[in-house]
Amino acid sequence: MEILARITAENIGAKASQQGRIRAEKEVIALKGLLDSKAIQTNIQVNDWEDAVRRCGKLLVETGKVTESYVQAMVQNIHELGPYMIIAPEVALPHSRPEDGVRKKGISVLVLDESITFAGEKRVKLLIGLAATDKDSHMNLLQQVAEVIGDEERLKRLKNAGSAAEVEAVFEHSF
Amino acid sequence: MKILTVCGMGFGSSMMLKMTVESVLQEKGIKAEVETADFGTASSAEADLILTNEEFAKQLQGSKAKVVAIQNIADKEEVKQVLEELL
Repeated sequence: MEILARITAENIGAKASQQGRIRAEKEVIALKGLLDSKAIQTNIQVNDWEDAVRRCGKLLVETGKVTESYVQAMVQNIHELGPYMIIAPEVALPHSRPEDGVRKKGISVLVLDESITFAGEKRVKLLIGLAATDKDSHMNLLQQVAEVIGDEERLKRLKNAGSAAEVEAVFEHSF
Repeated sequence: MKILTVCGMGFGSSMMLKMTVESVLQEKGIKAEVETADFGTASSAEADLILTNEEFAKQLQGSKAKVVAIQNIADKEEVKQVLEELL
């Protein structure tokens, strides 16, 4: 009986870890499509914060994540509510509501060659455009972004990335 | 104890900050209710503590709740320090 119990327990344990592994693999696959390499630009010069936000939004449009009206809404939100989308020193997270024109969830990354003043006195070097389809479905996405932004070393690498490949490498560990 | 995380739409950055707060609370074994809110509803919402960015923190001063600005909303260390000072 004891042996049987142990075997059963081991079996359950093996199954659980297998399920965990399958789930982890599925998450990796699910997250892969969220940051398209075409949605990354580095060494970018911009005229002002609005230009930066529009370029960041354009990357989402070009990769089929959002419509033009969503980009307009992103800019409008900052005009109305101020530069509250600065989520960390020198990092902005321009976004709007799902109903403003999100087609698929995903992100875009724009790294400026020099930091700019962002709708006030704050400076921004890195923009992460966010397109969320609904409140629940983008929790994963936010978590991945938070993982990078909350890690000082990875955030530094991201702010100073000189190519799309470098940006992808920073995210790859969390995606 | 109720903590409110606030951003412009109650959707993007407040959600991210909520996740950071929750993981710090879990780590420290503290039970608290964490909710997100948009700026418009935050000033009238019932809460003990409001966590938000610098811009909104300035504008929300004077609310019943204590208001604290967070520089990096994904930084668990920063959030932990704030909570440790207050709790």
